[in-house]
Amino acid sequence: MTEPTPAGQSGVVVRSSVFGRIVRNPLGLTAIVALVLIGAAAAFAQVLAPFDQNFSDITNTLAAPGGEYILGTDSGGRDVLSRLLYGGQLTLASALLCASVAILIGLPTGLIAGYYGGWFDSTASWFANMILSLPGIMVLLSVRAALGPSVWLAMIVFGILLSPGYFRLTRTVVQSVRNELYVDAARVSGLSDLRIIARHIMSVVRAPIIIQTSIVAGVAIAIQSGLDFLGLGDPAQATWGIMLSDGFRNVYLNPLLLVWPTLAIMTTIASLVLLGNAIRDALEDGQKIKAKRRPAGEKKPSRSAALPTVEAGTEQHLLKVSNLAVGYPQADGSIKKVVDDVSFHIDRGEVLSIVGESGSGKSQTAFSILGLLPDTARIVGGSIQFDGAYTVAPGDETVSSERLSALRGRRISYIPQEPMSNLDPAFTIGSQLVRPMTVVLGISKAEAKARALELLAKVGIPNPQRTFDAYPHEVSGGMAQRVLIAGAISCEPDLVIADEPTTALDVTVQAEVLDLLRTMQRQLGVGVIIVTHNFGVVADLADRVVVMQSGRVVEEGDVLEILRHPKHPYTQTLLASMLEDKTPMTKLTVDAAGGIA
Amino acid sequence: MTGTPILTATDVVVEYPGKGFRAKPFRALHGVSIAIEQGKTLGLVGESGSGKTTLGRAMLGLAPVTGGAITFDGQDITHASRRQRRALSRDIQVVFQDPYTSLNPALEVGEILAEPLAVQGVAAKDAKGRIRELLDRVGLPQDAVHRLPREFSGGQRQRVAIARALALSPRLIVCDEPVSALDLTTQARVLDLFLEIQQDTGVSYLFVSHDLDVVRHISHDVAVMYQGEIVEQGPAEHVTRTPDHPYTQRLLLASPVPDPVRQEERRANRLRLLAEQREQDAQAGAGTGASISAPADDAEGVSVGDRA
Amino acid sequence: MVSFTLRRLGAGVVLLIAISILTYSILFFSSANIARNLLGDQATEEQIVLKEQQLGLDQPFLSRFADWFMSALSGDFGRSWFTSEPVAVAIANRLPITLTLVAVAILLTAIISTLIGMLAAVKRGWMDRAVQIGAVIGYAAPGFVIAVLFVTIFAVQLRLVPPVSTISPGATAAAWFTSLLLPVIALAINAVASSAQQLRSAIIKQLERDYVRTLRSRGIAEREILFRHVLRSAAPAGLTILSLQFIGMLGGAVIVEQIFALPGIGSLAVTATASGDIPVVMGVVLFTVIIVIVVNLLVDLVNGWLNPKVRVS
Repeated sequence: MTEPTPAGQSGVVVRSSVFGRIVRNPLGLTAIVALVLIGAAAAFAQVLAPFDQNFSDITNTLAAPGGEYILGTDSGGRDVLSRLLYGGQLTLASALLCASVAILIGLPTGLIAGYYGGWFDSTASWFANMILSLPGIMVLLSVRAALGPSVWLAMIVFGILLSPGYFRLTRTVVQSVRNELYVDAARVSGLSDLRIIARHIMSVVRAPIIIQTSIVAGVAIAIQSGLDFLGLGDPAQATWGIMLSDGFRNVYLNPLLLVWPTLAIMTTIASLVLLGNAIRDALEDGQKIKAKRRPAGEKKPSRSAALPTVEAGTEQHLLKVSNLAVGYPQADGSIKKVVDDVSFHIDRGEVLSIVGESGSGKSQTAFSILGLLPDTARIVGGSIQFDGAYTVAPGDETVSSERLSALRGRRISYIPQEPMSNLDPAFTIGSQLVRPMTVVLGISKAEAKARALELLAKVGIPNPQRTFDAYPHEVSGGMAQRVLIAGAISCEPDLVIADEPTTALDVTVQAEVLDLLRTMQRQLGVGVIIVTHNFGVVADLADRVVVMQSGRVVEEGDVLEILRHPKHPYTQTLLASMLEDKTPMTKLTVDAAGGIA
Repeated sequence: MTGTPILTATDVVVEYPGKGFRAKPFRALHGVSIAIEQGKTLGLVGESGSGKTTLGRAMLGLAPVTGGAITFDGQDITHASRRQRRALSRDIQVVFQDPYTSLNPALEVGEILAEPLAVQGVAAKDAKGRIRELLDRVGLPQDAVHRLPREFSGGQRQRVAIARALALSPRLIVCDEPVSALDLTTQARVLDLFLEIQQDTGVSYLFVSHDLDVVRHISHDVAVMYQGEIVEQGPAEHVTRTPDHPYTQRLLLASPVPDPVRQEERRANRLRLLAEQREQDAQAGAGTGASISAPADDAEGVSVGDRA
Repeated sequence: MVSFTLRRLGAGVVLLIAISILTYSILFFSSANIARNLLGDQATEEQIVLKEQQLGLDQPFLSRFADWFMSALSGDFGRSWFTSEPVAVAIANRLPITLTLVAVAILLTAIISTLIGMLAAVKRGWMDRAVQIGAVIGYAAPGFVIAVLFVTIFAVQLRLVPPVSTISPGATAAAWFTSLLLPVIALAINAVASSAQQLRSAIIKQLERDYVRTLRSRGIAEREILFRHVLRSAAPAGLTILSLQFIGMLGGAVIVEQIFALPGIGSLAVTATASGDIPVVMGVVLFTVIIVIVVNLLVDLVNGWLNPKVRVS
């Protein structure tokens, strides 16, 4: 039971380069190939184009595709293919310019604002907000009006207009990283700010910037084409926008002229967006798990079928979990079990504690009882029965929300771990207490309010009316936990499931909440399941204990018996790790496996 | 306290600027004094918001010290410049609470361990040798060098963080809740490692924790913090078993023990103590003294216990 | 809440002044040859000097800006250099069309993308994938390209609608409807595609919050959780997304109006830009910025009101 072979979970994490993952994504590969082709065609336009972009055959305007002019000619008798290639040159170059300007302004300012904060941050943010509320095209129009038809100028200005996007993105990312402990550690090591930014911060900023650029480049192409389409560009140079405009003017004569520039614009932008998505997916590490298709033969368990009756002689238990197994489908089609062959029961008025370390499956077990497992979870085996009826019958794949919703709030209730995040910040505490009572008990609002005030007083809140009217952010964490306990007992349940109810609290507050839980349990005579990692909490509240390790129950029994005479080596190790009655500065673990100090 | 302190803090005040224009600054530390001796551990215990973490960060130059003085080895480091910090980093290092965010997820373990060495100008070849030693020291395999933090469990990551702190053979390590995020059994192993390292290298620890049991186990001396002040300070055994200050007494009795019978006694003792303290407060008048002995949550929190 | 409102209002005014100065200075420093442009090549030096005096071009920058700004405050934005029509009148005549176009389009976007985003977030599966694909297409096809395709398909090929709009400010409701149908759709398609996806993420983020699980444990129905709690929490993010779409649409309207020949301020701006009619450009820019500021202010206020931390303090 000492540290296993001191190796990381090798083989679990497969590392591959981001680029590799992008190329293996069919959409990513298509996007890269398309962009390379478009880029090459534009770059080598001078070589590839059969004609000059402005060479005009006035005797042969609006020619159909084929022959000398592969894609036909436009209204000025100019070769469409050649103009498409040259147009690509200008369009792509202007997108590049626009994105570069935006990055050059947005990235450094975002880095400084995010890293140092202070006056620079407020000033830069103000400017960013100002620029963001400018309607882009209007600004470009005034620049055009003032300074004439220059694509490059327009793209520089548009780059400035897009720079707040980069600024905000960089700033947010940097702010989230700046207070990471590893940056503090680098500071303690004496790294200069410049090296911290280069080493620890740029690596985090890089990927979002690339993704943003793929989108910005697309927007730049759209805007540049749009301006040219409006006839506000330089008419001497072919662009996809000018071609589109020419096609539009001759839409009655040769609508085909519209097709080529439209295709060019849409393919380029779509490739950019797809590339951005592929990069994002690659960075997210391919975590996505394909929904497992049900094999054709397998029937969906029909909900209308009558529930089997529970095993005779077990009906008296308030809750009985039998051989429960819970798993999550993996990318390779296998199922990773987080709970395996777990059985225990709890009777009315009893306090059962499920104790274990992280990854022991104790919370997953609790959530299966409540039917609050994540959507991806599957019941792989076993059953759960509550008060003599199955909530998860043998053979069920998921927890039936139908069966559970009849019980949740009414007969089974839940006290969460983290008090603050478990109250909706947008509603008053009062309304969050009243609503479940009106739904579950069917009582009037006024009645529910009276009850809620009573409950708040009962859980030791000094001024119930004030707390009733307060929003969650106005009360302390200990108070919020009392409110959640009040909520859990508001509809007089038979079973309360508390998931690490005191872990997020300070020790002195924990003691008070434990006092409260004990009093409530005695007064109401409810069954309570306490999920915890803390043997002190177990000793304080529990009648019986279930010890879990890696998804399995290793030991179960009376609290005094388990805590004083643990039989399973794992329980022994756990208890040996407790510090309370140890001689200070002595070793806690023994090197020989199995030996207990 | 005997021996010469390696680090002293005298009346240290830390204030964070308030939010908004002309807002009052938030005072996290109200004049705190501690001393850490060579080769010894000072445990710093307190609840959330007590300022214990802030004091540790002040030692490291990560919190704005607006009053008092911090000296290391007789040298004033209260407002050390980045250059001085770089020199100091040979002597003072840190292990943070959360092993998940204290290691850059994008860097390999080898790169993480090389960072402090590179700052001090250690040649790459020597650094490699040193990293091998460090991994051995903290009980990690040699092939960890080329792996990423996420390939390790929480306890193993904390070992990497300890190895990084040890890289320059510092004389003091500030440990900010280094075992609070770990499972019980992992916590025991990491505490063993801390003790072992101290025995072998004679390093001093400032060990910050909310857990009185952890602090008792690892510390020579213990200081108890409450609302930005130290309320009690002295030898570990005394402070953590027979404390004098009402707050420490409450803290001690609030922490449940893993035995139903003893816990029942402790609970009764706690409720009796609270009742006594409330009575004393009432006698002292509801004025100034009340704030410090009020329960951390809210003054009336114990009412439930009374009804029981 | 009152001080919050006043602060946002103040910020809006400052923004407006800053943008006026910015736009005005760009136009000021580039209007060197405007008199010659107006009078043509035959004009003599004296005529040009006289014209510049008439236009006030000989005055220093600050005094010109101050003049312009003071009269703008009283609703006088000057006259067009070419048609002599008061800018305020020109804009007032055309604003209803643009505002109708954009308002209907944003309303449509808000409704459709909320519905789609919500369905994709709750149901996942094929709906989810369709939204992702739709987003790519929405990004890939700029509004004006869609508009061009619409005109080509529905007006030119199928002859379902007239290719050119027939509305003027006094036209009948039926004329408004047929003329605005395609432009509105052209503007909205793009916005729907991208905002549905963003709304989906915003809703999913809320659905994954801890309190949703606790609400379920209390016996609250899934539908109520979604409509009362999740949508409300996602609303600030949604409104911000839509307000950015709105700004984008004001720009998009410029091109769309041009394509459908709608006499809105967009087409006014394009004509004025092409001819260098600075007072008109200036007026249009300013009006759009005012609209944007008002919309942003409203969004800020609604978001502030939705957030109890702001509302209560």
